[in-house]
Amino acid sequence: MSQENIDHAISREYSAGFVSNIESDTLPPGLDEDVIRFISTQKKEPEWLLEWRLEAYRGWQNMAEPGWAHVHYPPIDLNGVSFYSSPKSMKDGPKSLDEVDPDLLAMYEKLGIPLHEQEMLAGVAVDAVFDSVSVATTFRGKLADAGVIFCPISEAVHSHPELVRKYLGTVVPRKDNYYAALNSAVFSDGSFVYIPKGVRCPMELSTYFRINEAKTGQFERTLIIADEGSHVSYLEGCTAPMRDDNQLHAAVVELVALDGAQIKYSTVQNWYPGDAKGRGGIYNFVTKRGVAHRDSKISWTQVETGSAVTWKYPSCILRGDNSVGEFYSVALTNNFQQADTGTKMIHLGKNTRSTIISKGISAGQSSNAYRGLVRMSPKATGARNYTQCDSLLIGDRCAAHTFPYIESRNPSAVVEHEATTSKVSDDQLYLCQQRGLNAEKAVSMIVNGFCKEVFKELPMEFAVEAGKLLEVSLEGSVG
Amino acid sequence: MLIVENLHASVDGTDILKGLSLTVNPGEVHAIMGPNGSGKSTLGHVLAGRPGYTVTAGSATFLGQNLLDLETEERARLGLFLAFQYPVEIPGVSNMEFLKAAVDAQREQRGEKPIDAVTFMKNARENCKAVDLDPAFLKRGVNEGFSGGEKKRNELLQMLLLQPRLGILDETDSGLDIDALQVVARGVNSMRSADRAFVMVTHYQRLLDFIEPDFVHVLAGGRIVRSGDKSLALELEARGYAWLEDEVA
Ligand SMILES: Nc1ncnc2c1ncn2[C@@H]1O[C@H](COP(=O)(O)OP(=O)(O)OP(=O)(O)O)[C@@H](O)[C@H]1O
Ligand SMILES: [Mg+2]
Repeated sequence: MSQENIDHAISREYSAGFVSNIESDTLPPGLDEDVIRFISTQKKEPEWLLEWRLEAYRGWQNMAEPGWAHVHYPPIDLNGVSFYSSPKSMKDGPKSLDEVDPDLLAMYEKLGIPLHEQEMLAGVAVDAVFDSVSVATTFRGKLADAGVIFCPISEAVHSHPELVRKYLGTVVPRKDNYYAALNSAVFSDGSFVYIPKGVRCPMELSTYFRINEAKTGQFERTLIIADEGSHVSYLEGCTAPMRDDNQLHAAVVELVALDGAQIKYSTVQNWYPGDAKGRGGIYNFVTKRGVAHRDSKISWTQVETGSAVTWKYPSCILRGDNSVGEFYSVALTNNFQQADTGTKMIHLGKNTRSTIISKGISAGQSSNAYRGLVRMSPKATGARNYTQCDSLLIGDRCAAHTFPYIESRNPSAVVEHEATTSKVSDDQLYLCQQRGLNAEKAVSMIVNGFCKEVFKELPMEFAVEAGKLLEVSLEGSVG
Repeated sequence: MLIVENLHASVDGTDILKGLSLTVNPGEVHAIMGPNGSGKSTLGHVLAGRPGYTVTAGSATFLGQNLLDLETEERARLGLFLAFQYPVEIPGVSNMEFLKAAVDAQREQRGEKPIDAVTFMKNARENCKAVDLDPAFLKRGVNEGFSGGEKKRNELLQMLLLQPRLGILDETDSGLDIDALQVVARGVNSMRSADRAFVMVTHYQRLLDFIEPDFVHVLAGGRIVRSGDKSLALELEARGYAWLEDEVA
């Protein structure tokens, strides 16, 4: 079945899901212990999880929003945020695509998104005939045969409580930071993945999720456990911009790679970035971290083009000997977007290795910062890191910053760092235009060339989309 | 095909072209010679529509269209090609990808679909052979780390693939060894046809031994000060430009 057919089929099922939604209450804005109790009760959570949430909440109350990132935004009024509103009624949404912001539609058009999926993304309530031979169900069957567990975390709490309880919060502790603590207290939903020992997950965990994700809300929580010797590739996000009325997004992702396991986690993030004047847009504060045990490997690949403010550092704790951490990132900012993103590679085990390839592209009046920490602990004998950090500027009103932190406490560890900053020059554009390319095509070609090293890490299907996405995101950046 | 009349142009407020006129008909080859700094490259850039070059007076039409009204890429898509005196590098973008994008842009203009990758590769490889470039150059970044001579051959390769109506070659022969010079000559000669024309900027008579021009012009002080047939080039070779500049002054 072609990708398009799959997407199509899933979107139909998904739309149908909306129709059958039971409306339920939306809590008034504000956060206190009662709100957390309410959330937990709605989800019929076990007592331990409620306690877990409350403990996080109590910690959070004594924490302050971090101020060190190179981003500026007006204070977020959490008293104005409603922390429970699920499942969301589609009644208030647009009735048809005619009511949807034409700019958004134009973008879907350019990305070549099928009409059905457009409606789903824009939140249109559609009457679709339920497709009983659901692709999602087929996927689930295949995964179940392999023993893979892949379900909403809210479901896993009931179906696999021992696994959730054993690992939840072990990678990103409840009180790790302000946003992680907030997430721990109020997380809405997210994905749970468990790959049994020695199993290679038979498919990319993507297509199904891609559609499902729209429901997971603003405080997403994902937990992926790859048991010994297993392999999994997980895709998060969507190239299409999603309509979302929640301005604040604070997700937590925890990865556990047990001995000899491999986890590849790829993200395409394209939340609404705000308009060309810098109004609106999502604040995206994410904590993503993985623990790599002996001989295991964790690889983060991200393409970040959306959100008004991005604050995100997918990290690896290389605990086991010979474990490997990788971070491949493209972060593009245009107009008034701000991104402060990078990674942390914490080398604890012997002969641990990490690679960081970061490509920052700034256009318009945006600001793009790479912030990375490489820490070689005293026990990390023979550890190696290679960091390459390249910035590309388009125009002269944008900014790129690089903040590399290196802490080496083992004399045998080797840390290499390379950084470049370049500009799309007028002469390059002229050459392209003289050969018949328009300026936008020329810029996107140059930018794609700049990102090649990262794109080749993406699963095929995503790589093509990512290229197109950059092109659309850069519109209006020249000329 | 190309009619330039009384063209005045400036760069950063400095007047460079000061009343230049030139008519090129289909099938013709024009050579433009002249001292350093006289405005030869400027003429090429003004015709190609390089940003920052301002036309202050005069006119230029190409294939019946007012050239000065068109965007840079529109001129290119009409079939105006400029081989640069100093080709720039575009690191990270493969030569092949760049060439295909250029070819596709021309096809789009004609309402055709993008060329399929296999046919394109075949063309590109064949033309590499014609300009004596190893096909490995297709995989490298555009001009990235190319030697001076390789860059010039790469310009020629682009022209061969794009098959323009008017090719302006700005010192494509400079810095070439004698074999490469022959390669350029062969390339241009193979493209000569009744509906195509060339304007070749050169400092050396020797190129004209291989590509026989219909006209030779001398550009000095921002104007064409003398036009003649190929014998003018020989005369320049023998006498230099001083006598002409004296005449103009
Ligand atoms: N940005 C600029 N500002 C001022 N003067 C400029 C600028 N660009 C070019 N010029 C001048 O315009 C004049 C013509 O330059 P052009 O490159 O057209 O000469 P040319 O005839 O091609 O010379 P050459 O034979 O050396 O290639 C030169 O004197 C040059 O210094
Ligand atoms: Mg010149």
